[in-house]
Amino acid sequence: MRTLPATGTSPHEITDDLFVHEPFAAEAAMEVAASAADSPWKAALKRLGKNRGVVPAFVLIMVITVLAFVGPLLTPYTYDGQNVAHSNLPPKISGLGWLGFDGLDSNGADLYAKRNITEAHWFGTDEFGRDMWTRVWKGTQISLLIALVAALLDLFIGVLYGGISAYYGGKIDNVMQRIIEVLVGIPNLIVIILFILILEPGITSIILAMTITGWVGMARIVRGQILQLKGQEFVLAARSLGVSNSRIMFKHLIPNALGPIIVTLMFTLPTAIFFEAFLSFIGLGLQAPLASLGVLINDGYKGMRLFPYKLVIPAVMISLIMISFNLLADGLRDALDPKMTK
Amino acid sequence: MNQPILTVDGLHVAFHSQRGEVHAVRGVSFCLQKQETLAIVGESGSGKSVTAKAIMRLLPKQSTSIPAGQITYAGQNVLALPPRELQSLRGAEISMVFQDPMTSLNPTMTIGQQLVEGISKHQRLDKAAAYEKAVNMLQLVGIPNAQERIRAYPHHFSGGMRQRVGIAMALACDPKVLIADEPTTALDVTVQAQILELMKSLQQRTGTGIILITHDLGVVANMAQKVAVMYAGEVVETGPIAEIFYRPKHPYTWGLLRSMPRLDAAGNEPLIPIPGTPPDLARQQQGCPFAPRCAHVMKVCKHFSPPLTEVSSGHTAKCWLLDQRAQQQERLAGVAGG
Amino acid sequence: MRLYFLKRLGVMLTTLFIIATVTFFLMKLLPGTPYSNPDKLSEQQLASLNQKYGLDQPLPVQYARYLGNLVQGDWGVSFQFKGRLVTDIIFKRIGPSVLIGFQAMLIGSIVGLGLGILSALRQNSLFDLGAVTMAVLGMSIPSFVFAALLQYYVGVKLGWLPPGLWEDYSYSILPSLALSVTVIAAVARFIRTEMLEVLTQDYILSARAKGISEFAVVWKHVVRNSLIPVVTMLGPMAVSIMTGTLVIEKIFSVPGLGEQFILSIMVNDYSVIMGITLFYSTLFILVVLLVDMIYGILDPRIREKWGEST
Repeated sequence: MRTLPATGTSPHEITDDLFVHEPFAAEAAMEVAASAADSPWKAALKRLGKNRGVVPAFVLIMVITVLAFVGPLLTPYTYDGQNVAHSNLPPKISGLGWLGFDGLDSNGADLYAKRNITEAHWFGTDEFGRDMWTRVWKGTQISLLIALVAALLDLFIGVLYGGISAYYGGKIDNVMQRIIEVLVGIPNLIVIILFILILEPGITSIILAMTITGWVGMARIVRGQILQLKGQEFVLAARSLGVSNSRIMFKHLIPNALGPIIVTLMFTLPTAIFFEAFLSFIGLGLQAPLASLGVLINDGYKGMRLFPYKLVIPAVMISLIMISFNLLADGLRDALDPKMTK
Repeated sequence: MNQPILTVDGLHVAFHSQRGEVHAVRGVSFCLQKQETLAIVGESGSGKSVTAKAIMRLLPKQSTSIPAGQITYAGQNVLALPPRELQSLRGAEISMVFQDPMTSLNPTMTIGQQLVEGISKHQRLDKAAAYEKAVNMLQLVGIPNAQERIRAYPHHFSGGMRQRVGIAMALACDPKVLIADEPTTALDVTVQAQILELMKSLQQRTGTGIILITHDLGVVANMAQKVAVMYAGEVVETGPIAEIFYRPKHPYTWGLLRSMPRLDAAGNEPLIPIPGTPPDLARQQQGCPFAPRCAHVMKVCKHFSPPLTEVSSGHTAKCWLLDQRAQQQERLAGVAGG
Repeated sequence: MRLYFLKRLGVMLTTLFIIATVTFFLMKLLPGTPYSNPDKLSEQQLASLNQKYGLDQPLPVQYARYLGNLVQGDWGVSFQFKGRLVTDIIFKRIGPSVLIGFQAMLIGSIVGLGLGILSALRQNSLFDLGAVTMAVLGMSIPSFVFAALLQYYVGVKLGWLPPGLWEDYSYSILPSLALSVTVIAAVARFIRTEMLEVLTQDYILSARAKGISEFAVVWKHVVRNSLIPVVTMLGPMAVSIMTGTLVIEKIFSVPGLGEQFILSIMVNDYSVIMGITLFYSTLFILVVLLVDMIYGILDPRIREKWGEST
């Protein structure tokens, strides 16, 4: 912002000699009111940073992701190594006793002392003596991986389907849309469950099942975006310059449609995590000894009365992950929405 | 001189934005007589729309404030009215027509319902009578088949028709003042003329005073008796229409008049815009706000805000060129607009 | 408009047809037999059982019979509960599921709307921030976590409400509450966003300019226009409730359709699985259609669009 050019000292009173014609220097007269505008991505990034929930959410996700891979390495235990002597020990972290990590069970008894166990299990152990810390982080690892792969597959298929449908329009679009209309009528859960029944529960079947039902959402968003952009003039301009179809698609349409695509992707992640946990909870997810957050919650639920920590810890973990992803996705949506230029 | 029905005195309006306080209106004063049309002219960002909304206190409470000024209607200060009385005032004494007819009507209510809503609030009429009055208003503003159309929804009407409905809504309770915020800007030129004619004839019938906000000098010439020119939140010149068009005294007014395209201009004659852009209203200015763009700027203009000077009866302007001392310095030849 | 609904009906039926077909073939692909102890059966017994259930016919024939039966209301017999009609099982189990599902939607909508509307009107106040935070939590934390927590703390520790099973009406309260949390959160968020958007619209200014009371402005203009898009949420809401009932019923041991579904999956009771699948699908499609109709009733512009859709 240019200020009025300093003219030495400001006069304090109005004297006759002030009434002389004194034009501004050329550039001052041509003052540009608007500051150089940021590129849309930079502007969006700025908006993102201002959102109160986004930064802590992002940090939390980073921390959790790192721990998901590093966590299991921090202890000498493996996620499936059983040790009956150490079964059902409450969580114990020296120094954090006041937070509940004191190694005392729900009756206040110190099982560690009773059984002469010197090593502290930070998150306790389950009924087979498996270390919960390792299991929880391994489980987080698996849940995150499943979610990521499913989301990326959704993205890939959805973008392809929606992009082609929207770009070519006409009959192709019609047919493709009819197919989606019918598919949408089928409740996702049913398809997922049936799929898993056939394919045998496991990581691949879960990912496949979620992908099959999830791509539709992405396809619709992509199609909507591209249809909207297709009508805009910069596409006409590109066409009139003789740019090829695929180039238009990749260089012009998709980058501009990226905003909602990214947002949808971000929202797919917590949905995938939820679904996986849900399936595991009803027994259709991963099988023992594999652990995912859903499996852990299910196990924890069974022992809830006597060993609340078994439920609480994975429940808190999954809640934190979901909240963070949702906040992040929310923030992204607000930041990338062109209408929100406050 | 009759008593004015509405007086605005030293109005200041500020917006609280992320960049700080934006002073959109800085000490605006004018008055409106009965059956008079006052046009407030200015470019986008001059504060004219904000002024209009301020009169009816329609500005968002959370983000705006009125740090100073008085708005007097029928002896009362509008700015100090409690909510109940403010509601009685709106629609019945002072009402407003908005700029964009496509968005200023509720899309999920019939126009009849929207008309009757105002009517039954202000006038003691039962439902049937209120509807009848609504039909009358629609006929008055030239909606054909009013009896049937009254049950239609806004999206059944064209832009021009919707604006007529807007005018009907505004005039339904016989207000003494009608504020029209750029009522024709969003309409086609032919429809513009119709709407303006409509407003004029209604004014004749009802004696309503009209404050017409616009950036279009052509509209002003057609409708107004008095003109107030606004720039950067201030009124820089006010006067009867003949004075403003034939003997303007403020360089901004000259610029406005000169920049109007003319039918009788030669084919390749360039248009004459006013160089530069309006100032950033988030910053307090020193001196005259128009100084950076003024071809006749003097040293004094950069440091001191010009006082309101009376040019002739009813004609005032805020410019240092009108000061005695300036007249002695330079002979300003032939700068009147046109 | 009639044409529009006929079209929708057509799509609906196509979808159901596809679901039925897919379900049929998926069931055929499932490993294992529907009999409880296949190894104990001799070849002859197996053959006669297969004949009895029509499992020895070629696939297309089985398929045709299946479709025919479906339409006539014969959805087969449960393999787990010998001799009991699938339709019979479904009917017996619908009650509890519908009760908690319906209550959850009711509580969810009313509380959600209330919270959302108040938040929008008092934007950026403490109430608003609190409500938004709760909404984020409510939408992010999985419903079964809430259910487990409610069961433990309110049902067991505090003992205010029964933590499980199904004896009288009070047994439905905790499950309904657990289900309703996500609904409240989603509805509150959505209507808040809508209202904030509507509040910036020109016609709200017009309404105020007419001098009607602030209450009338909010109620007749803001809320009314904000409510319409919220109706579109009812579809996904119904889905999430149907999904949620599976888990909630398991946790609270509610003898509903969801619990039955899970049990049947565990014992490979194909006909019941198929039956419930079809049932849920039909229900879902009907809800979607219903929501569409409500949407049309509320928004006159949509009604017009229907009239002109090809």
